[in-house]
Amino acid sequence: MTTTAFSLLFPGSFSRSGASLTPQDILVRKASTHTGFKTGLVLLGLLIVCAVFGPMVVSHTPFDQDLTKRLLPPVWVTGGTWDHVLGTDGNGRDYLARILYGARISLIVGLGAASVGAVIGITLGLLSGYFGGWIDHAVNYLLTCQLALPGLLLAMTVVFLIGPSLVVVICVIGVLHWTLFLVVTRTAARKIRKLDYIAAAQAIGASRREILLEDVLPNLLNQVLVIFTLEVGVAILAEASLSFLGVGIQPPTPSWGLLIAEGKDALFFQPWLIILPGIALFLLVVSINMMGDGIRDITDPESTTND
Amino acid sequence: MFRFLAGRLMVAAAVAVTLSIVAFFLLNLAVDPAQTIAGEEANALEIEQIRERYGFDRPIAVRYVEWFSNIFKGDFGESYYWHKPVGELVVERLPVTATLALMSICVTVLIAIPLGCAAALKPNSWIDRLSLSVAVSAQAIPNFWLGLMMIILLAVTFPIFPVSGDKSLYHFILPSFVLGASSVPPVMRLMRTGLLDVMNADYIRTTRSKGFFGLRLLTAHAMRNALLPVVSVLAVQLGHKFGGSVITESVFAINGLGRLALESILGADIPTVQMLVFLFALTFLALNLLADLLNAQLDPRLRGQS
Repeated sequence: MTTTAFSLLFPGSFSRSGASLTPQDILVRKASTHTGFKTGLVLLGLLIVCAVFGPMVVSHTPFDQDLTKRLLPPVWVTGGTWDHVLGTDGNGRDYLARILYGARISLIVGLGAASVGAVIGITLGLLSGYFGGWIDHAVNYLLTCQLALPGLLLAMTVVFLIGPSLVVVICVIGVLHWTLFLVVTRTAARKIRKLDYIAAAQAIGASRREILLEDVLPNLLNQVLVIFTLEVGVAILAEASLSFLGVGIQPPTPSWGLLIAEGKDALFFQPWLIILPGIALFLLVVSINMMGDGIRDITDPESTTND
Repeated sequence: MFRFLAGRLMVAAAVAVTLSIVAFFLLNLAVDPAQTIAGEEANALEIEQIRERYGFDRPIAVRYVEWFSNIFKGDFGESYYWHKPVGELVVERLPVTATLALMSICVTVLIAIPLGCAAALKPNSWIDRLSLSVAVSAQAIPNFWLGLMMIILLAVTFPIFPVSGDKSLYHFILPSFVLGASSVPPVMRLMRTGLLDVMNADYIRTTRSKGFFGLRLLTAHAMRNALLPVVSVLAVQLGHKFGGSVITESVFAINGLGRLALESILGADIPTVQMLVFLFALTFLALNLLADLLNAQLDPRLRGQS
């Protein structure tokens, strides 16, 4: 019975504000009052616009070298020009263009690696949470092993051995970041398995695959979305670390971690080469984390009332 | 207690063996060790000779068993890159990384515990919001960048600390702060939620009604229970410090295990890398075991489980 039909039959059983509120309305209302979520959303939106359109708008490319214009300072430092707003790097490349282009790399790696991790973690979590038994034990053992592995060291080794490229970096970071997806999915799948509607689905003859994908998975999406958002941030930082150490994205591709590594030699006299990409990295990850925390707060009471 | 300990030990041992297999096979299948030793310009004959001399022509499973059983005899293999026994390299560098790891955990405790307590005692106050923003920021700041910022600010602009090196404990202050800062968010959040739960418990209300307030209440009654989960997370974080020292050690030019790992990876030095991966995993497992034991000692209820 829908809410409207119910309120027609029993007029006055809902307060005026309550009767018109669908779950979506409640979500929107909560989201619009959550400061952290709003701040994160606006900041992330701005950064994504910069990443997508920035490199097209800027008059320089991130790759063109001009050795007569090496290490120009940003416009607010004496000697800076409006032609190169954020100055140039050691090869005379426009720093603004490189930082804007670097945002693309970070976003691609973040989204890609979190997706790889999500696929692995959710698959294992659904299987172990729904079926239990020896599958659960096996997955649990895998989890214990993964947690004990020195992740960064292993990622460095594998990227170095296979040969660094964007795809390799995404896959390696993804393969090492699935544990949170697993834990969340497994717990939720265990809970859902015992609910009546799963028994109903079984009674009408749905296969295990149908139940897992059509009945269990959609009910996990809230929690998975929170983990996904936070893992995007983690993956972006992991990529920056790998590139900083020289075993991630390779030059001349402008990854933020790589820009900071290149700026390390100019630490004493051109500190902005380190400061600027670091600030970009910080803003991107902080906005993603604020969104993730926000989504958790917004969706959390909903999922607890449904339990 | 004995059954609890035995169960945990068996799982840890099984995981250790699994990880040694992962480390060994991953590295030995991905690279041809003979090619690495011979160098880029070597011809096929030279590579073949090296393969025979070092025994690389034997099946990989046989080589694994040899490597793994040698570990128990204290023989960690011979580095191709440093031309030294790996055990010697590890022993040389271990004190440096251990100092860094322990000092950075001290930094974490000194920042996270007071902030977490203050936040829990006055929820929604300015100190609560401050600690939350510290956590959110610390989670988003890349470790290596924080290190470089510290160098720019406190070693170059205001030359208070040395830029790099590991000659004295004074050299370790900045690196420990940087490495320790990354563990502040999880520890602080746990301290806050743990203490909030405890402060709402019935026994604290009883203690209050008996006339205990403030610091006395906190230290003598509330902290004991709130610290339980914090202790185990600190052990896990300490385990991460060993593997995570790679970045900090490379930023501050500290000659520890992390830098050894980075240099060995870049030199494709299989024996050193596989040993370090295994040792870091072992350290993590041992610290986790210690945390489990400590928790079981403090909370008898845990001993019955699993």
